[in-house]
Amino acid sequence: MSKLEAKLYGPRWKPFIGFIALILALPFFVHAPHIFTILILIGIYSITTVGLNLLAGYAGQVSLGHAAFFAIGAYVSGMATTKSAISPWAALLLAMAITFAVAWLIGIPILKLKGHFLALATLGFNIIVYILISGLTDYTGGALGLNNIPALSLFGLDLSDPLHFYYVIWALAALVILFSTNIVRSPIGRLLRSIHDSEIATETLGVNAAKYKVYIFALSASFASLSGSMYAHFIHFIAPPTVNTSFSILLLIMVMVGGSHSIWGAPLGTAIIMFLQEVIRNVSHSYLKISGPVEIVVYGFVIVLVMMFLPQGTISLFSRLDAAFPRIRNKTLKQETGG
Amino acid sequence: MDPLLEVSGLTKRFGGVTAVDDVSFQVGKGEIVAVIGPNGAGKTTLFNMISCFIPPTSGHVNYKGERLTGKKIYEMAHLGISRTFQNLQIFKNMTVLENAMMGAHIKLKTNVLAAGFRFPVVKRDEEEAYRHAVAALESVGLKHLMDEKAGRLSYGLQKQLEFARAIIYDPEFVLLDEPMAGLNDAETRKMSECIVNYKEKGGSFLFVEHKVATVMEIADRIVVIDFGHKIAEGKPQDIQRDERVIKAYLGEEAI
Repeated sequence: MSKLEAKLYGPRWKPFIGFIALILALPFFVHAPHIFTILILIGIYSITTVGLNLLAGYAGQVSLGHAAFFAIGAYVSGMATTKSAISPWAALLLAMAITFAVAWLIGIPILKLKGHFLALATLGFNIIVYILISGLTDYTGGALGLNNIPALSLFGLDLSDPLHFYYVIWALAALVILFSTNIVRSPIGRLLRSIHDSEIATETLGVNAAKYKVYIFALSASFASLSGSMYAHFIHFIAPPTVNTSFSILLLIMVMVGGSHSIWGAPLGTAIIMFLQEVIRNVSHSYLKISGPVEIVVYGFVIVLVMMFLPQGTISLFSRLDAAFPRIRNKTLKQETGG
Repeated sequence: MDPLLEVSGLTKRFGGVTAVDDVSFQVGKGEIVAVIGPNGAGKTTLFNMISCFIPPTSGHVNYKGERLTGKKIYEMAHLGISRTFQNLQIFKNMTVLENAMMGAHIKLKTNVLAAGFRFPVVKRDEEEAYRHAVAALESVGLKHLMDEKAGRLSYGLQKQLEFARAIIYDPEFVLLDEPMAGLNDAETRKMSECIVNYKEKGGSFLFVEHKVATVMEIADRIVVIDFGHKIAEGKPQDIQRDERVIKAYLGEEAI
């Protein structure tokens, strides 16, 4: 890593090494199957939220429709593998390509909209996709969903074993995170942030901002598609309620709670919300005897708290910790800028 | 002198109101031309038409013989035309250095895939952008502030940063929308200095400005607009004596 890169963006490998260590270590400590399932779901959703973070956190284009792209991934994979003999990995790549193309095409008109109008347009798209998959019963199974989506295997490794799936999904998530941090730590990342701050100034500097917005929108949509495909192969089932608009909102909440100014905020926020959801369901159903979507109420409360006390997201706690121990920070900085 | 920018017959009507009526003038290479006029004269509308932000009702603008009218905003920079804004458009959440580096973005070749896969072009581009940015910040005296968030600078320094960002990629022609607005005397002098310095390096300017005293000092030629019409054009000393100009600014009785 060059000195200039460290000066502009801070250390590159430090968070990554910590992340990999955590991922490798967790299976040794977590044995309860339902907690392990949550860890896998965090990996799946993180792929979507990292892409959403690039789009909403960096480029400032808020999407309330990413569940639709997740749905395209899940349904293309599901339909291809239950109704034809196509390889699941080929179907997954096909789904990503289709999602990229669809997002590109709808991105051209809707990304001309700004702020709330863009958010509403993407929400509208989510509703359209939801209605289509509910209505096209012959292809999607309608409200009953698609059943018996086969498990994946990778080079002979059977991914119906949760432990195997865990490592594969987190390896994929790590690749997506690596790819995204590379974008962020480059002139393109700077360009995305400048579009966020002032689109008009970015244009006068010779940048076709519309083109980059559409590109990042399509890229983050194809990440969502990837995680949708993986979800379908993990759960073996996909139905419309999984991909309705409240899932889109939940994804955005994950990004905000984690922190939208850092790629690492996305997996962190995803983990926080997933565990919070588990705790709330457990407490409200077993102890308070309340049923229904109680978590929505708590999410609202959490968002208010985060926006008031941690506007940069939970991830900013890490940099605060770093600042609290300047001696350690200086030492590691020296090591990392030395090369 | 070869005209760099030719404004011919620009007219803008908003419904029944004619904001700019048949204005024509030229800017030569290496010239500083100022557009002045009382409030509501149509300066900003004229400026927005020249910078392709709004389309004219009729008339057109040529740059080096090429038609500028109808071009996209981002295409202007590729022709070598830069601009600043009256209401400041800096990237407030980015550092001074990053703002300046964005000014050099047009020289870079990194695309999204190259960035994602971390091709060597990324490192080369970052170093090139850094070099240009630091040189430009040094020339306007902002280098010591390069790690500050741009939004935390004083208004005067932000204006200076916006100017520095506009000239980093060596544009031949710079459009300035009220560069002195909101600046105190010292800051105004500093801004004039920056403009004149860049002129000496071969830059040409067209700017709209309220501070007539500063305009008289640095402009080679002045175009005066009143009620959408061009009422005078000439060297600063001639404009100061022009009856129509005095009438427009001070009223009929002053003569």
